[in-house]
Amino acid sequence: MKILVTVKRVIDYNVQIRVKSDGSGVETENVKMSMNPPDENAVEEALRIKETGKADEVIVISVGGEKSQETIRTALAMGADRGILIKADSNLEPLAVAKVLQKIIEKENPKMVLLGKQAIDDDCNQTGQMLSALLGWEQGAFVSKIEVDGNSVSITREIDEGLEMLKLSLPVIVTCDLRLNEPRYASLPNIMKAKKKPIDLLNVEDLGVDTSPRIKQIKVEEPPKREKGIMVKDVAELVQKLKHEAKVI
Amino acid sequence: MQVYKAPLKDYKFLIKDFLNSSTTDLILNNSDIDQSDLEMILDEAAKFCEEELLPINQSSDSEGCIFNKGKVATPKGFIKAYKNFVENGWQGISVEKKYGGQNLPYFVNMFLDEMISSANMSFGLYPGLTSNAIDAIEKSASNEIKDLYLPKLSTGEWTGTMNLTEPQCGTDLGLIKTMASPQANGSYKITGTKIFITCGEHDLSENIIHLVLAKTPNSPEGIKGISMFVVPKIIPDEEGNLGEKNSLECSSIEKKMGINASPTCVMHYNEAKGWLVGDLHKGMKAMFIMMNGARLMVGVQGLGMAEISYQSALYYAKERLQGRSLKETKNPDKPADPILVHPEIRKNLLKIKTLTEGIRGLMAWTGLQVDISRIEKDKFKKQHSDDWIALMTPILKSFSTEVGCEASSLAVQIYGGHGYIRDHGIEQLVRDARIAPIYEGTNGIQALDLVGRKMPMHTGRLLKSFFHVVKEYLEKNSFNYNLSEFIPPLAKSFGRLQQITSFIALKGLNDPDEAAGPATDYLKMFSLVAIGYVWTQYAEISYNKGKEDPEGFYKAKIESGKYYMSKILPETGSLMSSILSGAKYYNEFDDKYFDSGFAL
Ligand SMILES: Cc1cc2nc3c(=O)[nH]c(=O)nc-3n(C[C@H](O)[C@H](O)[C@H](O)COP(=O)(O)OP(=O)(O)OC[C@H]3O[C@@H](n4cnc5c(N)ncnc54)[C@H](O)[C@@H]3O)c2cc1C
Repeated sequence: MKILVTVKRVIDYNVQIRVKSDGSGVETENVKMSMNPPDENAVEEALRIKETGKADEVIVISVGGEKSQETIRTALAMGADRGILIKADSNLEPLAVAKVLQKIIEKENPKMVLLGKQAIDDDCNQTGQMLSALLGWEQGAFVSKIEVDGNSVSITREIDEGLEMLKLSLPVIVTCDLRLNEPRYASLPNIMKAKKKPIDLLNVEDLGVDTSPRIKQIKVEEPPKREKGIMVKDVAELVQKLKHEAKVI
Repeated sequence: MQVYKAPLKDYKFLIKDFLNSSTTDLILNNSDIDQSDLEMILDEAAKFCEEELLPINQSSDSEGCIFNKGKVATPKGFIKAYKNFVENGWQGISVEKKYGGQNLPYFVNMFLDEMISSANMSFGLYPGLTSNAIDAIEKSASNEIKDLYLPKLSTGEWTGTMNLTEPQCGTDLGLIKTMASPQANGSYKITGTKIFITCGEHDLSENIIHLVLAKTPNSPEGIKGISMFVVPKIIPDEEGNLGEKNSLECSSIEKKMGINASPTCVMHYNEAKGWLVGDLHKGMKAMFIMMNGARLMVGVQGLGMAEISYQSALYYAKERLQGRSLKETKNPDKPADPILVHPEIRKNLLKIKTLTEGIRGLMAWTGLQVDISRIEKDKFKKQHSDDWIALMTPILKSFSTEVGCEASSLAVQIYGGHGYIRDHGIEQLVRDARIAPIYEGTNGIQALDLVGRKMPMHTGRLLKSFFHVVKEYLEKNSFNYNLSEFIPPLAKSFGRLQQITSFIALKGLNDPDEAAGPATDYLKMFSLVAIGYVWTQYAEISYNKGKEDPEGFYKAKIESGKYYMSKILPETGSLMSSILSGAKYYNEFDDKYFDSGFAL
């Protein structure tokens, strides 16, 4: 079985986000970029499934700028077999990415697609679900446990009410939660090997999918600064303020 | 709080701008990597050090190692971190490919070692000692021994140790008593006691390979009679499968000032089986080949300690609110300004910063010479690199470890009482850093090596590898307008160094005490000038890069360099005065005056 794993290059989770002065977006020049954290879990899980002998190839794919190759290399250095970069300039919306992935999936025929449950830059949490709908495949989102058994996959989902266990049949779409596993470090020998692993480069324009944006971004600005706290005299004043000023009770 | 992020931007600068040359590319090429691979390797190493080693640095110091009936338990988290370290292949970073290593350049290994030393100096000793053992075996042992031991050492499945010290012999290895008796089958039986053996026993690896210095029956007196032996804790068969336990044991571990998460062991060898490494009676030679690398790496430990001291101190200086800036309040809506506004704090921070970054460049340059020497075919170019390394080794070992101590002590000062108490982990840095000037040849001995051996060697040829280069550089740049705050102070301190070098050489001819006496002062002077040379080059590079500098990285280099040239480098002046006044003030000081103030 082939597993396809999606990876996105995002601003490193340690970096303090700065908004561009012209309000057109957030600053990404000279900012440390890394693999989207839940995508690391997805790569890790694919490698573990392969290590148990239940998969024979792990392919990583990224849709993004030239530099996304670095993110693919990181996945290859963790142990993935080969990479595909779909070069796209602008930040595509989840639906466009899902359509691009659909095209590639039709060509590569993986039986399982692992995605991060969301990307920490836009927090959309949509691509996996949309992809499942486009393909008509079964899906499990926010997954913290995966067991592959022949043609079926048992998963545990992290949902508001607690944990939900589902049994899906291949082919499946799974979006991964941070609790799924602890991603490995890229080992030195694997970093050295990763250099020789192939990365296919494709242009998004050549895929013939409609990636035009459905949303118009008007302006990006910093959230308002938190106001200074105040001391209240007693509980009565607190209740009064919560009711009338904060309007939360 | 111990704060540490690997100085990746500085490494990138060193690789891309400072070391950058066709030779560097050739060296990378020879290791089958390019600059972007190098970045990925350093990124990944940084992640490991920051996420796995730093979080257990303080806890492992307070827990320490636990000795129980010949066995040593390492502190919590060490087994996991070590497993992770070796599984990720870091032990073999510089080892030849045929023994399972990655054969990466030595200067890359230095960056890795610096990060490990910053994040957890004690942890670094386990793989560090293994690297020393690998080095000694690789360079001196027979093929049989290499094939048997190197593969498992380079994966870290086995670790290594170096056994020189005995109760009656530390610096003076001629006093060694441990005896190796030859056996009919070509092996030896080793008997004796070694002390202070770092990582002599622990629970991280299935086997421990001891390299032991010993005498043989009727061997020549003193160091000429010493040989080196490989003595495994568990004796492997020819395939490397573990067999019977060797007749050796760890009888206790020392309670000590710092590096508490690494055991310092008393080792008893009781007719233990060993095999000769290299030639009989050539143990010191084998040891010295290994020792040069080991000394540079101890210098790297000093550098690593200086870096974490700097980052931890800087973090605090920005957070801690005390007092007001004398001229204008920086923090009007807070009760006080951050202590970073106070001149004394700024000076101390800049002192650590500029010494650390300067040493890092000198270290990397010297590491590059090690790589050049390995591949260079041209006899003279290779000789130049070898001369540079031999000259700089005592300088880097000593000066860098002194800076490690001074930086950690200044960090405590910046934290005030909060540095002195345990909670913030800053006093640990002082305790950990303090060993580095002692082991691997005390700093006093390094200075003697510089003055007594390296200076006269090949009638001063080693000195030329530095003096000629700086002289040419000064001539070439004397009209570089950008460097007007760099070239004059460099020229001045360089002149002082030249003058003092001939002074010591001349005086030393008549009276060796006149050369040995000021050795440490001379070494310091030399270090300051060498680092001044590095900062001048940083500035030269940075002026040229000024246009592509969105983050102000190059600007910061220039401004830091100005601080070094005007505030630190002038110390060469006082060192010069002190040296010129001669050695008689201590050498001729009557022994009985030492205890003039009290009755013994
Ligand atoms: C934590 C720790 C770990 C260690 N790890 C190891 C290890 O793994 N393997 C190992 O073999 N050893 C190890 N050592 C031993 C270490 O290398 C020695 O302590 C060191 O070489 C100094 O020897 P010494 O302590 O006997 O001091 P001494 O030799 O007694 O020196 C005392 C002082 O006299 C000075 N001095 C001595 N001789 C001269 C001279 N000829 N000229 C001028 N000055 C001189 C020295 O510089 C020093 O200041 C370790 C020590 C410690 C504390």
